[in-house]
Amino acid sequence: MGRLRLLLRPVVPFAVAAPMLWGLQVLAPQDVAIILVAIGVNVILAVSLNVVNGFTGQFSIGHAAFMAVGAYTAALITTGFREVQIAHLPVGISDAVIFALALVAAMAVASVAGLLVGIPSLRLRGDYLAIVTLGFGEIIRVVIENTRALGQATGISGLPAATNVLWTGMGVVATVVMARRLLVSTQGRALLAIREDEVAAEAMGIDTVGWKVRAFVISAAFAGLAGGLLVHRIMLVTPRMFTFVKSMEVVVMVVLGGMGSITGSIIAATVLTVALEWLRGLDQYRMVIYSILLIALMLTRPTGLFGTKEIWDTLPRWLGGRRAAGGAR
Amino acid sequence: MSPPLALEARKVGMTFGGLKALADFDLSMREGELVGLIGPNGAGKTTAFNAITGVYAPTSGDVLVAGERVNGMRPHQICVRGIARTFQNVRLFKDLSALDNVRIACHAGSDSGFTSAWLLTPKHDREEARIRERALAFLEVMGLSPRSGELARNLPYGEQRRLEIARALATGPKVLCLDEPAAGMNASEKIALMELIRRIRERFSLAILVIEHDMRLVMGISERVLVLDHGVTIAHGKPEEVRRDPKVIEAYLGDAYLAEHSLELPEGGDR
Repeated sequence: MGRLRLLLRPVVPFAVAAPMLWGLQVLAPQDVAIILVAIGVNVILAVSLNVVNGFTGQFSIGHAAFMAVGAYTAALITTGFREVQIAHLPVGISDAVIFALALVAAMAVASVAGLLVGIPSLRLRGDYLAIVTLGFGEIIRVVIENTRALGQATGISGLPAATNVLWTGMGVVATVVMARRLLVSTQGRALLAIREDEVAAEAMGIDTVGWKVRAFVISAAFAGLAGGLLVHRIMLVTPRMFTFVKSMEVVVMVVLGGMGSITGSIIAATVLTVALEWLRGLDQYRMVIYSILLIALMLTRPTGLFGTKEIWDTLPRWLGGRRAAGGAR
Repeated sequence: MSPPLALEARKVGMTFGGLKALADFDLSMREGELVGLIGPNGAGKTTAFNAITGVYAPTSGDVLVAGERVNGMRPHQICVRGIARTFQNVRLFKDLSALDNVRIACHAGSDSGFTSAWLLTPKHDREEARIRERALAFLEVMGLSPRSGELARNLPYGEQRRLEIARALATGPKVLCLDEPAAGMNASEKIALMELIRRIRERFSLAILVIEHDMRLVMGISERVLVLDHGVTIAHGKPEEVRRDPKVIEAYLGDAYLAEHSLELPEGGDR
C-alpha cells in the first residue's frame, strides 16, 4: 500500500485535475471556452518564463521564439498525419494520440532550440542577456518567415481544432507542478542562489552556467507546449503571432505577478488575458490603457503583485495565510 | 606522522595587464592548521584568495587541493574539490532564509537534475531530508538554530558573518578561507569570533586560511603568519618571529606595533 502511494504521489495533481477539467470542458459554453484556453496558454507561458526570469534571475525576452518552434513542430505533425488513423483505434482516440505526440514533439524541439540559444547566451548577464535573447528570438522568427516548407509569411493553415479546455488545463497543471516542485527542491534552490548572488553561488559549488542552461531549456520546452496548444485552437500558425510584442507580453505578466512567484504569474496572466479581451472593443486605445495600467502598477508595487512570495504568504492568517518568517519554502 | 597536506600553492603568480598583483606565492597547509595572511591594503591578499578559489585562473604556478591540481578550474569545481570561502563584504543569498542559505551549500557537487524533483522519487525525498538535517546541524554549530527561518537580510551583521561561515562549512571543505571575518565587528564580537574559529578547527579538522587586519586576532589564533606586500611574500613564520621582522614592521605593522609597545612615533606625528 505504502509503495503504491509513493508511486502515485507524483501524478496526484493530474488525477485530481483531469475530471474537473473534463467537467469544465463539457459545461463551458463556446465563448467562455475560448477565453479559458487563451488564459491557460498565457499561464503556461508566464509560469515557464518565470523559471528563467524569476527563479534564476536571468532576464530573457525571447520567449515567443520558443513558442513559435513548438507551434510549427506541432502543426507540421498534425497536418502531416491528418489522414492517418492509428490501427485498431477509433478516430477520436487516434487523433488525440497524434495530438499528444505532436505536443510532446513540440516540447522536445523547443527545448533543443532553448539549448542552442542558451549555451552561448547564458554566459552573459543582465541587459546583455536580454538583448541576445531578443536577437535570437527575432532570428528564429525571420528564419521561419523565409522557409518555404513552413509556408513563409502566410504560415500553415487548416490545422485541426484539437485544443480544448481539457488539453490546455492539463498543460497548465503540468507547468505549475513542474515549477512548484522545482521551487521547493534542492535543484530549485540552486536556481534561487544564482538569482541572489551568482559569485557566491559559484563559490558554493553550484555550476551556475549549467543550471542556467537547464532552467532555460525547461522554460523553452513549456513555451513550445503553449505554442502547440495555441495554434490548434485558432487552427492557423503564422510567424506574425510570435513577434517581440508577444515576448514582451509574457515578460509583463511575469513582472506584474512578481518575479519568482508562481501564483503571481498565474494571476497576472489571467487578469491580463481577460483585460485584453475586455478592452478589445476599444481597438487602438487598448494598448494605451494596458500601458497606463502597467506604469501605475510598477510605480505602486515595483516588485510586482507578490514579489517573490506566493499568494498564501501574503494573505492574512484568518484566510489561511502562512506568514511564516521568510516562508519556509 | 603529520596530517596530510590540504592545500598547496606553488609559486602562484597573478598578473593583470602590466600589474603584478601576486608573485611566487608559496603556501602549504596541513589539516588542522591555521594560517594568517596579512599585509597592508592592496598587498594582494584577496588576489591570493581569488587565485586559490578559482575566481581568477592564476597566470603562473600551481594550486593543489589534497594533492589534486585545481588551477584553471571554475570556482564551483574547486569548491567541490574542497575549498570553501567567505567574502570580505558578506555575500549571502539575502532574500532566502538562513536555512536555505546553508541548504544550498549542502547541494555542492550533487548533480541530480530536475527530473528527480518532478517525479518526487523516494531517493529525492531521502536526499531532501538528509540535506535539511545537515543544514540544521551546521546552523546549530554556529549558534544560529533559532534563526533558521529568518531571511538572511534581516539578521544582524555578526550573525550574517556567522551564517556565511556556516554556509562555507556546509560544502564539506578541506580548506576554509575566511576573508576578513572580523571586519566591522566590535571588540567583544571579535573575541567571540576567535573562540568560534578555534572551535571550528578542532571540530572539523580543517586547514583554515584567514585574511585579517586585526593584528591581535591574527597573532592570537594563527600558528603561522604569512605577510604580503606589493604581491611579494616578505615574511612567513611563527607569529612571534613575524612580529619582530623589521621588514614586516616597516611594511605593515608600523603604527600598530609602535602603539602596542607604547613607543613614540619618530616625528611625534599628528595622531
